[in-house]
Amino acid sequence: MSLDLTAICIRNTAGKALFAPLTLRVPPGEVVTVMGPSGVGKSTLLDGIGGHLSHGFHLTGTVMLNDQDVTHTPAEARRIGVVFQDALLFPHLSVGDNLAFGLPQHLKGRDPRRAAVDAALDQAGLDGLYSRDPATLSGGQRARAALMRSLLAEPLALLLDEPFAKLDAALRDDIRQFTFAHVHQRAIPTLMVTHDPADADAASGEVIQLTTL
Amino acid sequence: MSHDGRNLRGMVLGVVSFGLIAPILLGLWQTATAAFGILPALGHQTPTLAPWAMLADLPGFATSLRMTLVTGLGSTLLALLLATGFCATVHARLPPGSARLLTPFLAVPHAAMAVGLAFLLAPSGWIARAMAPLAGWMTPPDIATVNDDWGVALTIGLLVKELPFLLLVILSALSQIPVARQMAAGRALGYGRGVVWVKIIMPQVWPLVRLPVWVTLAYALSAVDMAIILGPSNPPTLAVAIMRWFFDPDPQMILPASAGAILQATLVAAGVTLLYIAERVAAPIGRWWLRRGGRGLSTEPGLWLATAASVLLMAAGLIAMLSLVTWSLSWRWTFPDLLPASWSLKPWAAHSGDWTRALNRTLILALTTTCLSLVLAMAWLEGEDRARRGRAAWAEALIYLPLLIPQIGFLYGLNVVFLRLGLGGSLTAVIWAQTLFVFPYVMITLSDPWRALDPRITATAAALGAGPTRRLIAVKLPILLRPILTAAAIGVAVSVAQYLPTLFMGAGRIATLTTEAVALSSGSDRRVTGVYATLQAALPFAAYFVAFAIPAMLHRNRRALSGASHA
Repeated sequence: MSLDLTAICIRNTAGKALFAPLTLRVPPGEVVTVMGPSGVGKSTLLDGIGGHLSHGFHLTGTVMLNDQDVTHTPAEARRIGVVFQDALLFPHLSVGDNLAFGLPQHLKGRDPRRAAVDAALDQAGLDGLYSRDPATLSGGQRARAALMRSLLAEPLALLLDEPFAKLDAALRDDIRQFTFAHVHQRAIPTLMVTHDPADADAASGEVIQLTTL
Repeated sequence: MSHDGRNLRGMVLGVVSFGLIAPILLGLWQTATAAFGILPALGHQTPTLAPWAMLADLPGFATSLRMTLVTGLGSTLLALLLATGFCATVHARLPPGSARLLTPFLAVPHAAMAVGLAFLLAPSGWIARAMAPLAGWMTPPDIATVNDDWGVALTIGLLVKELPFLLLVILSALSQIPVARQMAAGRALGYGRGVVWVKIIMPQVWPLVRLPVWVTLAYALSAVDMAIILGPSNPPTLAVAIMRWFFDPDPQMILPASAGAILQATLVAAGVTLLYIAERVAAPIGRWWLRRGGRGLSTEPGLWLATAASVLLMAAGLIAMLSLVTWSLSWRWTFPDLLPASWSLKPWAAHSGDWTRALNRTLILALTTTCLSLVLAMAWLEGEDRARRGRAAWAEALIYLPLLIPQIGFLYGLNVVFLRLGLGGSLTAVIWAQTLFVFPYVMITLSDPWRALDPRITATAAALGAGPTRRLIAVKLPILLRPILTAAAIGVAVSVAQYLPTLFMGAGRIATLTTEAVALSSGSDRRVTGVYATLQAALPFAAYFVAFAIPAMLHRNRRALSGASHA
């Protein structure tokens, strides 16, 4: 598994390129960090890779996932997970149903699906919280639940958009270790956008500086 | 990705153009041709200005025109002034969520409010009864306090409905502005509260409330149901007069009536233009005034006067609603007693067959029009989401169009069109005509909360493998349940309140609570009128209750959605 970006460039409504064309390879289980000043288009880059670009933005170049071109595939068919800093658990679903939302179709039957969610809750230290309201979780619990929700969908690549920015300093290290351990263990190529050099250090992968043109 | 949802957007545009905009334009066109003398059904084929001459010669025409301008412009400007003064005085003191208290005033249909105010203001109404011991009245005083020739009662009625609406839109605009900090900054520079409000806050509020003010003016200039119940009777306001001419037994009257309808539409256009010009003129004058730096500390009395008048008007509205129920339950109630001597359910029981029929009709119309409007609004908004783009200005204008063109201006012509389609006088025709007005309100109410949904929530669902349909049904609709139901409640309130579309399209054969309440309001038995008006007011209240109760129940374990955290 690997995520390969070739000459990726994103243009805004005015046709202006946000950053110099980007070519990089994210090997399986590694976390590549993208850093750069605010407003350079780091989150837009992730939107482009995941297939979530707003109207008016245009992506050129190719996004290859395991040697398959997914540049023009709809977001839901790309199998590229995203985790945002706000966790963004669906507010109308319980914690467990949030995790179950992304379970793949091939896992059939009520009991096996429930068991998969319970196992993931266990791994995230959220055992027994299946039916909890996500709004009542602590920041750390929410971050872990969001990551497990993404992983249960069996993504072929993962995008992290400043995933630790909203956590307390004390908690941040803990969640970082948790996230990176899972990424390594499952050999998922991961691209992380961050402002925090400590995130890049902890990721111990390649670091890319994005600069405006 | 902009190809997504192209079919959906095409379909929505088609339905809106042919279902909503085309009927209005065709109706206007038909009315306009009749206004210039072309009425093939009566053998008139050549264009002429004769209908306009007939209109000008009709008895009371000039008075009607003057009454319309005085009550329409007067009530709107006064409502704007009072709402501004009220907000300037109390905004800082309002606890979050107080805008909810305005809901009853917005929910109650114009006709029901008018009936209640008539009960309150009439010579034998509650105000006269309260004053009787002081004035020594043993019989109702002989003063025309309702249907007065100056249009005072009508202006009060319009104010009671317009003021809460403008308060709501101003309060919601204020929530987008850091009022407290700007107020502190302004006062620290030596400006009084009212002056900061006029020089700093209102210039930011106006662009956000401009359209609702235009809609208010359009309504006030062309209101029919309220004008029948509270307005001067002989001659009445222009819109009421036009309606009577359209329904005149002499079919030739359609010619001047059509000319009047076009004049009515022109009046509204002129009124809106006037507001627009005033805005353009006020801007440079305001800047000049601002640069002079006058501190003008003496605005407090004006602010308190506006606040007192606002409170008084809303109190009158509340008592009016109360008087509907009281009259419907009264049996013996002689002047000058403050309360009925005996109470009874007989007014309800005696007419239960009639009001049940009208209630059923009203419910069917309200539910059908609201469902149609809601589906169309959700399809429109989902189309915008799938294309991941906002709304063009022309599309926004399409939504407001039905609210800015007076109903009387095109309903006659629309009826002609429907007759040709073989829909004349049918329930389908009434549903169609009501939806023209229900849809804009549903759409306007739903747009902001729909757009406020974090797009990253939908992106998250897509990244988890959910396609567009699953994203809509399993993620967006449940999260947006509360605003969707609120929009539905407003849809029900708008449908229940419709008078002219029901009357014109139903050819007088489709009786709803509103048409019955208006028809009965001129009669002698207040108890029966009270029954219909109470029911008319109760339906929107029930809809709002359901819109509140369902999300509270379904989301009782979801803190982010149960409403507890919302204003």
